[in-house]
Amino acid sequence: MADMSSMPEQEKKAEGKPSAMTRFKNRFGLHSARDVVEFIVHTLFFLCGFVAVACVLFISAYLVISGLPAILEIGVTDFLLGEVWDGRNGEYGILPFILTSLAGTAGAILIGVPIGVLTAMFLAKVANNKVAAVIRSAVSLLAGIPSVVYGLVGMMVLVPAIRELFGLASGSSLLAAIVVLSIMILPSIINVAETSLRAVPKEYEEASLALGATHIETIFRVSLPAARSGVATAIVLGIGRAIGEAMAIIMVSGNVANMPTSLFTSVRFLTTAIASEMNYATVGSLWRDALFSIGLVLFLFIMLINVILNVFIKNKKED
Amino acid sequence: MDAILKTEHLNLWYGDNHALKDVTLEMPEHQVTALIGPSGCGKSTFLKTLDRMNDLIPGVRIEGKVIYRNQNIFDPQVDVTWLRRHVGMVFQKPNPFPMSIYDNIAYGPRTHGIRGKKELDQIVEKSLRGAAIWDEVKDRLKKSALSLSGGQQQRICIARALAVEPDVLLMDEATSALDPISTSKIEDLIADLKKTYTIVIVTHNMQQATRVSDRCAFFLHGELVESGETEQIFSVPKDKRTEDYITGRFG
Repeated sequence: MADMSSMPEQEKKAEGKPSAMTRFKNRFGLHSARDVVEFIVHTLFFLCGFVAVACVLFISAYLVISGLPAILEIGVTDFLLGEVWDGRNGEYGILPFILTSLAGTAGAILIGVPIGVLTAMFLAKVANNKVAAVIRSAVSLLAGIPSVVYGLVGMMVLVPAIRELFGLASGSSLLAAIVVLSIMILPSIINVAETSLRAVPKEYEEASLALGATHIETIFRVSLPAARSGVATAIVLGIGRAIGEAMAIIMVSGNVANMPTSLFTSVRFLTTAIASEMNYATVGSLWRDALFSIGLVLFLFIMLINVILNVFIKNKKED
Repeated sequence: MDAILKTEHLNLWYGDNHALKDVTLEMPEHQVTALIGPSGCGKSTFLKTLDRMNDLIPGVRIEGKVIYRNQNIFDPQVDVTWLRRHVGMVFQKPNPFPMSIYDNIAYGPRTHGIRGKKELDQIVEKSLRGAAIWDEVKDRLKKSALSLSGGQQQRICIARALAVEPDVLLMDEATSALDPISTSKIEDLIADLKKTYTIVIVTHNMQQATRVSDRCAFFLHGELVESGETEQIFSVPKDKRTEDYITGRFG
């Protein structure tokens, strides 16, 4: 855009008394119809790009403005570290939600990362083209399944299975949510990890084989370490996906504001707390405002994860 | 003459491309054998066949024998990791692993089951000394090998190959990516290494072949045209094509 206003001073004076339109055209260096089209399309591109920026700014500002007052009114420590949440009766401690979200995400990572990374290693280094193609399309299908369907299947299959298996009164539990989440984060982990494993220079692997290492030894001891920043990125992406998920886990986790004391407790996550109570909380009440505050906390978590992700990506570029 | 490594009627095809044609060649112990010839003549393919690195390329078909210490390396009972441990390879482009200098050298021994720190320390020092780079890196063994210069990286790769105590060292144009000073360091090193190891090099550089090799083998279009003492090949070549090549008439 900078070049459009760089018209030499003399030229402007030499034109005598230009009309307002001509002055405008000259001001932006628009001498022909093509220049005008260029200008319009440029502006259009800029506006489109700006939509994303504007949305992020708007959401950030909105969450802070609508979430912060309730936190201050309740008290930062009472809000973040309070162990009891009962919106109807004025108890607004979200520690159970925070811990549940952290535990659920950690569990999903614990199960999902080994499966995802091993799948990626298999796809990138072991599987023949036909097998890899089948698995890869299955993985993209997995990514395309709506989260409500995950929830539905979890509710119909997983929850009863957990109830039977462990002899519980109800299978709706932290464990069920962890299992569903760990499946949901698989596609992002597999895709990113596979891409970075494929990018490992063949020379490294040849050197390892030439030293008498087997194919599998080479994959684990050379390819995987060489792709570590990509694998780390995959893990952080998985964390981001898991902590932000709401619909699937609201259906399998029991949705009770308990502390996550065991895998079999019915629990409520940061996301599911907002989703399940927003309809009941009266507009203008502290309860409703506190739900926005939960949104703010969740938003901060996600921001933190994004910062970490950017650090990894930056490190990767420097490698 | 005691040939530690020899090929008998070796033929190799990449799909339909007949890349090695009936090559029979002996590589005697504690000598440097240089494989020379124009690009695409099959010398690198020949070299990679000696430690079965060609196995990795899809569509390769091999007939004939490669005999290492009286053992045909294509016999089904031969373990390819055993072969590659005894027949090491240094590649054209320096390819140290993206890890510390120490871990690069220790990679091979660790792969073959050596875990003791003391033992590994000794192997690392011995290998780095063997590759004439110990003095340059002894104070920064924990630094990434990628932080070194190209010539140093190549000597790290040689040290890494030495660390598994091979018999034979294959070098595929190991100096072609290096500056003249690094090249001469590696040539000096080759002269030193042949006391302990049997060396086969591929080179494009005729001067290098005369400087470092005891024997020469001239390849053209997948055929072994002529082989023999380097001095003889370069002074009185038997074949007209060899003469044309070494006098620079083609290639």
